[in-house]
Amino acid sequence: MSLVKLSLQELQRLFTCGEISAFEIARAYLLRINQVEPKIKAYITLTPKDQLLAQAEALDRSLKAWRKTEPMMAMPLAIKDNICTEGVRTTCGSIMLEHFVPPYDAAVVEPLRQQRFFLLGKTNLDEFAMGSSSEHSAFGPTKNPWKLTHSPGGSSGGSAAAVAADECVAALGSDTGGSIRLPAAACGVVGLKPTYGRVSRYGLVAFASSLDQIGPITKTVTDAAILLNVLAKHDPRDSTSATVPVPDFTKSTKRKDLKKLKVGIPQEFFTDGLDTEVERTVREAIAELERLGAQLCDISLPMTEHAIAAYYLIATAEASSNLARYDGVKYGFRSKETRDLLDMYCQTRAQGFGPEVKRRIMLGTYALSAGYYEAYYGKAQAVRTLIRQDFDAAFQEVDLIATPVMPTPAFPLGEKLKDPLQMYLLDMYTIPASLAGLPAIAVPCGFSSAGLPIGLQIMGRPFEEPLVLRAASAYEQATNWRKKRPVIR
Amino acid sequence: MTYEAVIGVEVHAQLRTATKLFCGCTTTFGLAPNTQCCPVCIGMPGSLPVLNKRAVELAIRAGLALNCTIRLSNRFARKNYFYPDLPKGYQISQYEAPICESGSLDITTNGHAKTVRIRRAHLEEDAGKNLHEGDAATSRVDFNRAGTPLLEIVTEPDLSSPEEVDAYLRALRDILKYLDACDGNMEQGSFRCEPNISVRPAGSSDLGTKVELKNINSFRFVKQALAYEIARQTKVLASGGVIHQETRLWDPEREVTVVMRSKEEAHDYRYFPDPDLLPVEISQEWIQELRQSLPELPAARAKRFVHDYRLPEYDASVLTASKDLADYFEACVRLFPNPKIVSNWVMGELLRELNARGIPAQRSPVSPECLAKLLQLVDEGTISLKIAREIFPELYASGKDPETLVHEKGLTQISDAQVLEQLVEEVMRQHPAQVDQYRRGKEAVLGFFVGQVMKASGGKANPGKVNELLRRKLASDTPSGS
Repeated sequence: MSLVKLSLQELQRLFTCGEISAFEIARAYLLRINQVEPKIKAYITLTPKDQLLAQAEALDRSLKAWRKTEPMMAMPLAIKDNICTEGVRTTCGSIMLEHFVPPYDAAVVEPLRQQRFFLLGKTNLDEFAMGSSSEHSAFGPTKNPWKLTHSPGGSSGGSAAAVAADECVAALGSDTGGSIRLPAAACGVVGLKPTYGRVSRYGLVAFASSLDQIGPITKTVTDAAILLNVLAKHDPRDSTSATVPVPDFTKSTKRKDLKKLKVGIPQEFFTDGLDTEVERTVREAIAELERLGAQLCDISLPMTEHAIAAYYLIATAEASSNLARYDGVKYGFRSKETRDLLDMYCQTRAQGFGPEVKRRIMLGTYALSAGYYEAYYGKAQAVRTLIRQDFDAAFQEVDLIATPVMPTPAFPLGEKLKDPLQMYLLDMYTIPASLAGLPAIAVPCGFSSAGLPIGLQIMGRPFEEPLVLRAASAYEQATNWRKKRPVIR
Repeated sequence: MTYEAVIGVEVHAQLRTATKLFCGCTTTFGLAPNTQCCPVCIGMPGSLPVLNKRAVELAIRAGLALNCTIRLSNRFARKNYFYPDLPKGYQISQYEAPICESGSLDITTNGHAKTVRIRRAHLEEDAGKNLHEGDAATSRVDFNRAGTPLLEIVTEPDLSSPEEVDAYLRALRDILKYLDACDGNMEQGSFRCEPNISVRPAGSSDLGTKVELKNINSFRFVKQALAYEIARQTKVLASGGVIHQETRLWDPEREVTVVMRSKEEAHDYRYFPDPDLLPVEISQEWIQELRQSLPELPAARAKRFVHDYRLPEYDASVLTASKDLADYFEACVRLFPNPKIVSNWVMGELLRELNARGIPAQRSPVSPECLAKLLQLVDEGTISLKIAREIFPELYASGKDPETLVHEKGLTQISDAQVLEQLVEEVMRQHPAQVDQYRRGKEAVLGFFVGQVMKASGGKANPGKVNELLRRKLASDTPSGS
């Protein structure tokens, strides 16, 4: 079996006991990337081959005397290109930051560096994480490893595709309204959006600050738990970072049953927009949860229908402010030969941002404008509170909530580009957990007749990632979906 | 028709914290451009703000000193606008819910007391500074100041003359300095003032259209700019014109105000709660703790000085204008319990030296102990008052002990009767004509003799004793040689 097919857990074990060297890992992944990357286009920036091999050799040499390893040592990861990496350009998929090299590491990158992981490269995304298909990237779309004519979902499409195509063992993504879970489902891998505040946002280029959260995209649920162990930590540099205890998340993935757990099935998540194949597949998965010992329970989250509207006001309002700093003054792109200051601002932003980013900046600016604030931003915040209350009430009755991730399987590239609203509707099942700040995981649960993966979403109470991981892991081990891998051609 | 001015004032006071409002960069003034910046205050992608607790503490202290209500649950808001000196494209400020509200400050102008209502005071971060120098085609930005904590203090439109505004600003500055919350330096920009002014027919209760004044960076300019603006608006109204709502800049060269921007160009700042910062909860215990730690404030202290030390109000107000100086005075009075004499020396000799060098009383090379000792030497008659005044600059420059200095320079006053008698006799011998004049009744010549004796003694003779001796000798002794 090829090295690149291994899970993070398996690779860790082989490396820790010295069966494989760092050099072998690096070489295997470089080879794999060399083979499939031209077809997938998961990466915006790849770490140069020589640099990676030199790093691996140095690591092996230093281990020769006394083999003391760290969990992430020599683990070949990919990082979404909106997470700052010192000395490695961080573009956010935008012309605006095409040549931007951060002078610092994001909080999540620090422990990885300390443990001497391998950064294989920075992965593609919708510009500034705004999109659900990875097509809104200034550097071209990423392809779905299961079907190259199809989108890998977005916005963390590069990370999900890289994991699915064995171009890395695991990856970091970011999720604002579904940007980890959607591409994970579309690419047949695991994606976990942690509770808002569980992982530091320091160094994550902000899209919508009250929603953004970094999380793992992995081959297995256990891998997600392993990575979350590294990511989850209180960070005084992020005022919204939570000061809750951090358990060992891998412990939760060892149970194989769901006994004594109540799983809610919200009727609002199985309505008109849902593709019949997806519905059937997800309902089968839910039945499997019952077979594993869970007690199913029909619930209602009545505010769900307003979630998309509220989200696209709040997220765009925050984005309009967060993206104001890209003005050509301090770093990043600046339009040349402009007449005066105003012209410099206008040209820089007209040329530096793509159409979707501009659309959202305009939406958000409008939502915050004098005279409209209450009707749009104010109302959206009120809806957000109601959605949170819906979940609070539901979680009085149940321990977890199971739903589809995406209303359809992966769709052909270009299909939804013409109609932004169709693209926005793809987030309908992932947005509620984002607005409520809940942990939610996407785990593969089957395939469409066209052979495209379908995902199951499991949501939990705030900071109950252990329970979410336990359910996802038990389901994963009871099914064989993970064993089916894409053949890239 | 006569007109009256209605004035409200916005002050931006830079809070004296060691580090910026949302990052750990130093707030030191005057370092090389862009040397006190980090990813946070320069608005790098992915950076996040973390609130400086000390700034909140100083804001609460200022609010308490200004009799404000302190808000228990605070939110920061983003004020969105584009300008090169604003690194994030928004300023983190407070909008709907300022930390301090509904306060007041008492002022006195020409013996007339007034209470100025404080509408609000809120925390916000400062912007950087655009530099337009050298090559005219390019401008540069210095972000050293970006993120420095400010307290914006806004009055109700309760002021009605440039003198009242001046009194308000001085009282406010003195309080903030007392609290160690702001160094109150208008020229360096740590205490910036933006008055709003309108004019209306005297006695009217309607408010006229207001004009906001900017670029006022000294107390002198405040008065000049307001006087100019009152005259300008009055002239416009008197001639049947209308005032436009606008922002005007004070031009100190031409001594006029000029239009900066009109209301039509006003920004929509799109304020909204900053999602990067959690609500700041302030406990009653903390407020109580800070209230108890407030120092005695200038007005109360001046009152006490008048009452306890029997000082004139003028002395009391000068001495209490800065905490340092008032502390100095009291320390000195404890050692030399004649308040008026100490006051004269502190306000005269000491302030002259300190002000010439811009040094606060706290760092005076002449300590309160030292000044008290000097005054003691005069009181005991060891040195004359004149000598004490003369050696003060040297005392200040050298920082020496007054006794040591007096001895080193041999300045000890001569009070010894025998020595003085010799001096007096010698002077009388040298000036027989004047002795005769005196004896013939021209007593004014006495002053001449005193001067001659003092001169002969190198200024060290005890003038009281010399006087006494001269009178006696001139009256009784027969003329020499007769």
